Amino acid sequence: MAIREDVIVIGGGLAGSMAALEAADGDASVRLITHKKSTLRHASGLIDVLGYLDEEEPVADPFAAISELPDDHPYSIAGEAAIRDGLARFDEAVGDTYLGSHTDSNALLPTFGGAVKPTARYPAAAAAGLASDSRDMLIVGFEELTEYNAGMLADHLDAADVPFDVEGVELNFPGEYAHDSRVTRFAKRLDINEDVDHDGQTMGARQALADAVAPHVGDAERVGFPAFLGDDHTADVRADLERELGVDVFEIPMGPPSFPGMRLADQLKDALDDAGVHISAGNPVINYEADGDEIEAVIVDSKGREVPYHAEEFILATGGLVGKGIDSDRDGTVEEPIFDCHIPHSDDRYDWFDEEAFGNQPFAHFGVRIDEGMRPLDADGEPEFANLRAAGGVVGGTDPVTEKSQSGISLTTAAVAGQRARERAAKREVSQ
Amino acid sequence: MSSQPHVLVIGGGSTGCGIARDLAMRGLDVTLVEQGNLTHGTTGRMHGLLHSGGRYAVADQASAKECMIENRILRDIASHCVEETGGLFVKRPEDSEEYFQKKLEGCKECDIPVEVLSGEEARKEEPYLAKDVEKAIRVPDGAVDPFRLCVANAASAEEHGARIETHAPVVDVLKEGDEVVGVEVEHESGPGKRVHREPGTREEIRADYVVNATGAWAGQIGEMAGLEKEIEVRPGKGVMTIMNTRQVDTVINRCKPKGDADIVVPHETTAILGTTDVEVDDPEDYPEEQWEVDLMIDTLKELVPIIEEARTIRSFWGVRPLYEPPGTGTSDSTDITRDFFLLDHADRDGVENFTSIVGGKFTTYRMMGEDISDHVCDKLGVDAECRTDEVPLPGSDDFSVLRDYMDEFGIRSPIGRRSAQRLGSRTDEVLDVDGPNPTVCECEAVTRAEVQDGIEGSGSDLNAVRLRTRASMGNCQGAFCCHRMASELYDEYDEETAYDAWDELYQERWKGERHAMWGRQLSQAALKYSLHGTTMNRDKDAATTDTVISDFTAFDTGAGASPSDGTAGTAATDGGRRGGD
Repeated sequence: MAIREDVIVIGGGLAGSMAALEAADGDASVRLITHKKSTLRHASGLIDVLGYLDEEEPVADPFAAISELPDDHPYSIAGEAAIRDGLARFDEAVGDTYLGSHTDSNALLPTFGGAVKPTARYPAAAAAGLASDSRDMLIVGFEELTEYNAGMLADHLDAADVPFDVEGVELNFPGEYAHDSRVTRFAKRLDINEDVDHDGQTMGARQALADAVAPHVGDAERVGFPAFLGDDHTADVRADLERELGVDVFEIPMGPPSFPGMRLADQLKDALDDAGVHISAGNPVINYEADGDEIEAVIVDSKGREVPYHAEEFILATGGLVGKGIDSDRDGTVEEPIFDCHIPHSDDRYDWFDEEAFGNQPFAHFGVRIDEGMRPLDADGEPEFANLRAAGGVVGGTDPVTEKSQSGISLTTAAVAGQRARERAAKREVSQ
Repeated sequence: MSSQPHVLVIGGGSTGCGIARDLAMRGLDVTLVEQGNLTHGTTGRMHGLLHSGGRYAVADQASAKECMIENRILRDIASHCVEETGGLFVKRPEDSEEYFQKKLEGCKECDIPVEVLSGEEARKEEPYLAKDVEKAIRVPDGAVDPFRLCVANAASAEEHGARIETHAPVVDVLKEGDEVVGVEVEHESGPGKRVHREPGTREEIRADYVVNATGAWAGQIGEMAGLEKEIEVRPGKGVMTIMNTRQVDTVINRCKPKGDADIVVPHETTAILGTTDVEVDDPEDYPEEQWEVDLMIDTLKELVPIIEEARTIRSFWGVRPLYEPPGTGTSDSTDITRDFFLLDHADRDGVENFTSIVGGKFTTYRMMGEDISDHVCDKLGVDAECRTDEVPLPGSDDFSVLRDYMDEFGIRSPIGRRSAQRLGSRTDEVLDVDGPNPTVCECEAVTRAEVQDGIEGSGSDLNAVRLRTRASMGNCQGAFCCHRMASELYDEYDEETAYDAWDELYQERWKGERHAMWGRQLSQAALKYSLHGTTMNRDKDAATTDTVISDFTAFDTGAGASPSDGTAGTAATDGGRRGGD
């Protein structure tokens, strides 16, 4: 069975999904090949575009700040319109579950590490937690969980001079549990509103939780929880808690396993299905076939069998070092393993890092360099292939961690790669 | 004040802690001061080998015999610190048969039980051993946790009335005429356990006798005491590279006269490759070099080939406090004896009430402690017997680890088992807590109860908590647990103290991990960077970095975000109060 599409996207994370959605906006047939679980389960679910240019102040308006970036920054190459296109495509895919599209300004959100972070789009579930909102706040933590201590987090926000009063309280999660239950257990209990024994009565888990929190609300107008308020029914969980408590409720985005990240992954999956994107999951792309500078097919390792997937256009969205879209070795190699695209790097692995944990980390810049069509460039600055484009973490040239630009770069490069692939595939069809 | 003579021990490594315990058990009044954490110096930077003596059985039989004696004693009195892994001396085709036979005979002469295995038999036990390994000698090498052992010695000393002061570097040795009468220390955060941000104080501690057990730092203390003759410790650095998993369950030694990169020691969840030996000038400041890490992997893959493909999680360096009597003139530091020397400065330098102990090795720490305690008692006219060879350390008395901790303490079985292995007979006391006991460090299976126990023992110093519990020492190198450990400090310690401790631990973890930054560990490090940078924004934390937020109103306040209610929050319904702004 020969597989032939107009566009093949390799990688099912944020960039791959958005590139596939972009490419599928028309008549093009699009297939997404994804190997392992998306790194979105590690991600907070916030969509940062540009948070910092330097050490001093967070960026209030990322669009106004873009002109200050160097010429070889992915944003400079793609252009402001592409950033807006990427965000628009994202807004369309996630609908009203995300907020922030009403303004160009960044929002400031508390992180579970206690810092305040600038971001461009945030889940509706996190919205009432904005640090740029002046309403008083209560943060709830649980003895059963270890990611943060609510009192310490509240004190730390206070130390950053947030414009509201903030208190923290640590509670026991209502009901009986093994002494070392995981966060997924509590989320599930809220999701299905399982009955628990609380205060000598049997009641739904949501009611019991609200009862436990209520005495501590005081003057607070909003209450923050770890991001574990349900999984499939998170809006219901939040609405029930808000009704019972009479104040707004929000989630503080967490580390892995990140429910906001996993919820976003689920939404993207639904959007891909709706857009008619074919998905091949579970097998890796290991090689390709080319004719000159045109890739004809990528080779998928299907349980030991090598299967070619043909297309007109290919989009590489396999991620960076974390997502394994970039490999490295002790001998000083840094490579993109599928197409062997050029990745600028020092051959001395001791040049890859800075001794300060948050120093200027060269490894964070690892990735392919791109032209305005998002095509990876070889060492001479020429496109590696005529019909290969890159999106997301595999694109390098800046440190998206310090900039807080990771998701924004994914959306932007995905938008351009998807558009160009779609347009070029259509042109070739006409000419054939 | 006690009427007993007061002995001050400088140095919180294995030797110092061993001496403190010995003297305290003999009824003396003891104070131990240490500049950093317990094990801060050499003890905390060794490969964790409990020698059988096999390594010295050809060249240094006196040391070999001592090792075997102490090996037997430690398996008994420190059972919760020791894993009886056994060891193999393996011979490759290019290694000398003559030396193999010498090793075998030497072991027998030193009362080290041996057994010769064929290559096939050896590979049956250790499947990752190289196919061309011809044969092996089995010896009773073991693995020992140096941190746990030191802490247990210190705890025992405290039980017998000793005072243990960490983070208290000696700034002066006090003298009256030719007599040493004590030391002045700087408490980095006040006496007692270390607390971040607490201001330091100085204290003069007077003593009837002072023991310098500072290893590679002995010369610096000698200088403070104004000794005319330098204590010539020759620090030799060695690298140790930690693998992410145990490729071997037995200590694997190369059966060769001597050389770099000739041992693999299974240690807890990891295997440690060792080592190099290069003389350095300053025990605090020496280069940690790439070639050393590469040498470990490229040489030891000859014994265990899978090491080349496997993942290392970090490397660390230790400094051996080698000593040789003046005039010996050994040029190659690898030839310097591993024996220990007791330098009574009354005889040597005309300075009374002051002795240094130098050289030696970890496995014989107890014997060294016994020798010097005998010497001190002799000087002070105290008649008391050493009992450290028969009284188990706290944690090692009368304990069976075969119980089911899942039922007893409501925690998952593998985690309970790991905790019990670390805590030994202290398991009940530590794990039996009210309320939830979530796992703080998944890699090393450390629960809150153990972390709290560590905090109780060492204050807000999370690096000390790490050494006591192994939390943050696994594959993720603190990515998922530095912040959790810091959260455990609150609210006994305030927010600033907890964040300082967090940042210090995070930086310490980065320091060693950078030597393993390629392949999967670089991916892991990139994830850590992203989690603490992107997700938590700690690199731009307005409370702890140069970043400031001067105008919150310049940002999206949520007004207008949702067309339905005009506020950021999801609208409250059904009679609930709406959060307005």
